[in-house]
Amino acid sequence: MGVLELIQSLEGHKGRVWNVCWHPSGETLASCGEDKSIRIWMHDKSKWVIKSILLEGHSRTIREVSWSPCGNYIASCSFDATVAIWDQKSGQFECNTTLEGHENEVKSISWSTSGQLLATCSRDKSVWVWEVTDDDYECAAVINAHTQDVKKVRWHPEKDILASASYDDTVKIFKEDTSSSDFICVATLASHTSTVWSLSFDKTGNRLVTCSDDQTLKIWHQYEPGNEMGIPTPDNEPVWKCVCTLSGYHSRTVYDVDWCKLTGLIVTSCGDDVIRVFREEDDSDVHQPTFSLVCKLDNAHTQDVNCSQWNPVTPGLIASCSDDGTVKLWSYSD
Amino acid sequence: MLSSFLRKLSLGGKIRDGLLLDDKNVMGTAEDCVKPRSLCYELSLKDETELRESIFDILRTIKDPEKPQTLEQLDVVYEEGIEIKEATPGGVTVIRVIFNPTVPHCSLATLIGLCIRVKLERHLLAHFKLDIFIKEGTHVTEQEINKQVNDKERIAAAMENPNLREVVEKCIREEE
Repeated sequence: MGVLELIQSLEGHKGRVWNVCWHPSGETLASCGEDKSIRIWMHDKSKWVIKSILLEGHSRTIREVSWSPCGNYIASCSFDATVAIWDQKSGQFECNTTLEGHENEVKSISWSTSGQLLATCSRDKSVWVWEVTDDDYECAAVINAHTQDVKKVRWHPEKDILASASYDDTVKIFKEDTSSSDFICVATLASHTSTVWSLSFDKTGNRLVTCSDDQTLKIWHQYEPGNEMGIPTPDNEPVWKCVCTLSGYHSRTVYDVDWCKLTGLIVTSCGDDVIRVFREEDDSDVHQPTFSLVCKLDNAHTQDVNCSQWNPVTPGLIASCSDDGTVKLWSYSD
Repeated sequence: MLSSFLRKLSLGGKIRDGLLLDDKNVMGTAEDCVKPRSLCYELSLKDETELRESIFDILRTIKDPEKPQTLEQLDVVYEEGIEIKEATPGGVTVIRVIFNPTVPHCSLATLIGLCIRVKLERHLLAHFKLDIFIKEGTHVTEQEINKQVNDKERIAAAMENPNLREVVEKCIREEE
């Protein structure tokens, strides 16, 4: 069994902390929440300290923050229906662009790996794709594929392929149609029996892990046309199959999941206040993989854990946040 | 005795949650909704029966959003509808509240669910988990409402909607 050791608890937010996001360098962390602030934390000598607090970008809860791949921008989205883009050209972070268009709460935001596309989603059931050119943001697509709130959007680690998770219990995959240059839904992943709260690609982008209010995790595998398993691929589009369901581990809603691109470990954030780490077995068959729970920390937080993210550079380093108002840093070791 | 104790306590509290009824009037001007928390209960000190009684005491005086009566008077909440379930792995109490909407198509069921959640979260100081369900077979869109009143993100967003918040505040206000 692995061990999660608390490195530090970061206090300062007032009320629920919804989301944390690591800077691509792994040296800085951003967090956001109910208090409408974004806090930026840095490692200084032996401990983590608050570096800046960004205020006045949003008039309601900030649901998610995301560093651009270049590390120079932060995008934030809020229940106030807007998206804010922060840059530090003046020496400190300032909100210089606000993106409007969603009808109500914007719940998730994600930069594509190239940094040229930004995706957002909302309770208005739509997913928007914005084209980024220098400091200009233009709406490239409004996708109305889900029948209910869209909870999460995440880009493929290499390609301009987008995945979204929804209150309609499904996950959808979108990509740009080469002929119409519009984003179209190319796959619907249906198997969860309640809201899908979050998802994460593995480092190759060929697999996805999803988490749900149905208290399970699911692993999905992409089968390309002409795959060796002989799985049919209608319309010559890749097909996503659920190849593993992890049930019986979580006792309440699973709010977030993150698949580590460095170690292949999966961390989950649950409404039962527990942080869990799963590892794929060494002899796991890719078409029927097996994962085992290698760490379970009860009372990781005193209330619901909303988000846990692996550091992109330091293996085993996790940042988590909770309804209890804290952000915590953990070190996982086998 | 417990209820008279409750009535004397002040009304302040920290709102942490909210809920969406429809797509209209959701956005407005937001304002800070954090007030000092006061009224408190220590969950850990109580046994199950006592805890259920305290929960019922908190819920019974909630006013119906449309009628002058309380949820107790309308039999929307009732003591048997409050259950203490198996605790979380970390030992946090899990409370289940089942309520009985007045009519099968009652459009206010989600609002009642919202009032129940907000009032309990404000008045029970200790940490707990709350699941709210409509009594089986009493509402045409039962599952839809159950899903909605237990989605904490929707609830949080709804309580940042000034119009909705005002309605909830009115329903859960304790009479002097």
